[in-house]
Amino acid sequence: MSFLFYLPVLLAYVVFAIYAERKVSAFIQDRLGPMETGPYGLLQTVADLLKLIQKEDIVPSAAQRLIFLVAPLLAFTAVFAGFSVLPIGQSWQGAAIHSGVFFMLAIVSLDVMALVMTGWSSNNKYSTLGAFRTAAQLLSYEVPLGLTILTVCLLAGTLDLHAISIQQGVNENGNSYLLGIKPLGDTSAWGGFFTWNVFRYPILVPVWLIFFIASLAESNRAPFDLPEAESELVAGIQTEYSGFRWATIMLTEYAMMLLVSIIGAILFFGSWYSPLPNLGVIRLADWTNGINGNWTSTAWGIFWLMGKAIFFVIIQMWVRWTFPRLRIDQLMKVCWTYLVPFALLFLLLAAVWKILLV
Amino acid sequence: MNTSNSYLSEFSTVLLFIIGGITFLSFTFLISRLLRPHRPNTEKLSSYESGEQAVSSAWPQFNIRFYVVAILFLLFEVELIFLFPWASVFTDKALIEASNGTWAWFTLFEVVTFVLVLVVGLVYAWAKGYFNWTGDKSQVSDIKSPVPSQLYEQINERYKTK
Repeated sequence: MSFLFYLPVLLAYVVFAIYAERKVSAFIQDRLGPMETGPYGLLQTVADLLKLIQKEDIVPSAAQRLIFLVAPLLAFTAVFAGFSVLPIGQSWQGAAIHSGVFFMLAIVSLDVMALVMTGWSSNNKYSTLGAFRTAAQLLSYEVPLGLTILTVCLLAGTLDLHAISIQQGVNENGNSYLLGIKPLGDTSAWGGFFTWNVFRYPILVPVWLIFFIASLAESNRAPFDLPEAESELVAGIQTEYSGFRWATIMLTEYAMMLLVSIIGAILFFGSWYSPLPNLGVIRLADWTNGINGNWTSTAWGIFWLMGKAIFFVIIQMWVRWTFPRLRIDQLMKVCWTYLVPFALLFLLLAAVWKILLV
Repeated sequence: MNTSNSYLSEFSTVLLFIIGGITFLSFTFLISRLLRPHRPNTEKLSSYESGEQAVSSAWPQFNIRFYVVAILFLLFEVELIFLFPWASVFTDKALIEASNGTWAWFTLFEVVTFVLVLVVGLVYAWAKGYFNWTGDKSQVSDIKSPVPSQLYEQINERYKTK
């Protein structure tokens, strides 16, 4: 029943993340950010939601009414369905589909279609330009994103997110070696960050970098927020939207940020396992992972997995307020002439590594 | 088999997410509908174009570059679909033992051959300059202007910066 976990968490996270986004941007630009509503402006997002829900829902007479109304719902549902395969803890699994990652990639791709529908159906020049950019950007960056996820699946030997997570904890199978080199010794009993994928296979560090860049583009975040591009396209694909329908598009963007962050944490950074290793008699990993099958493991799992995910969300915000937006031709160039060839190269290197060293 | 049944039933969780997502949004839209005003007028429903009257449809012919990107995406996405099954059997112990340890090298060789064929496509598009979107020069219009070009020259002369 991971649904009962992810829907409330997603909503609470969105309220928190929009507030955090404003505060992060404010502190980076040496401002205070929202300060009026509630202590330190904590209630600002709640006030905004209350405002948005009371706003008139305007459908332009030139728009294609049905598509215009349905598209934001489709976008959110597609991204939200991607959450279904995510595990939460060792004993709390999402949908146990063997090809979980693959399924997630497939269903989240529907998001592209929905966003193009929002842009195209508005019958607005800014929206149409935004829709073209969305299509080009999201389709292009799905290739490096898929290739990097494939690299992890190749090293793990499975497409199941739960199985990939289990491999990164303390276990008796003896499948973790120091820095991914067999002669350097077995680290399976140590746990902690020693058994995380980025440490087990150091080749995954550049792969994670490609994954992170592609995931920024997939969630339409700056420096890849060309579909929105408020300084050139007014609001891009969302120009004609108002009220809660606009809020749904916003919700989708933040849900996508959380989704790619959780996926990044699961694939590269030890999923729900604690970063603290076992050192001799000081069983830090065992203490901070909880007992398997017990509620403690679930509680610790939620703490570590969500903690890591929110850490990456904060990094995404930091990136947004640090880098200027790319131009559309630079965007295509970065994807096809840098990310895709390097992702392919690292895939090959990872395969050879797997054969020779592990 | 029991496992295949339980495997299919796992998709009910996915269905729950889809239905749950739609229900949650519909419920919120319903609340919003009860609270929000509905007072449309012609001005409000006109398309936004920075205060100008919107001229012509916003559904133009689009640049051929987007089409090329779409084709390349198709190429690599199909490649990805074929690579995922490979990734899941690459380290299969039973298959490695059955082939005396040559399984991994053999499949790697096969996959590299397959990917290289597709990379040729990428290199072709690269060499053709499909990723160099700023490369083309702007075209000079061949419309005959009734204004003689010397007049423009005179204006340029007059406002020349020193």
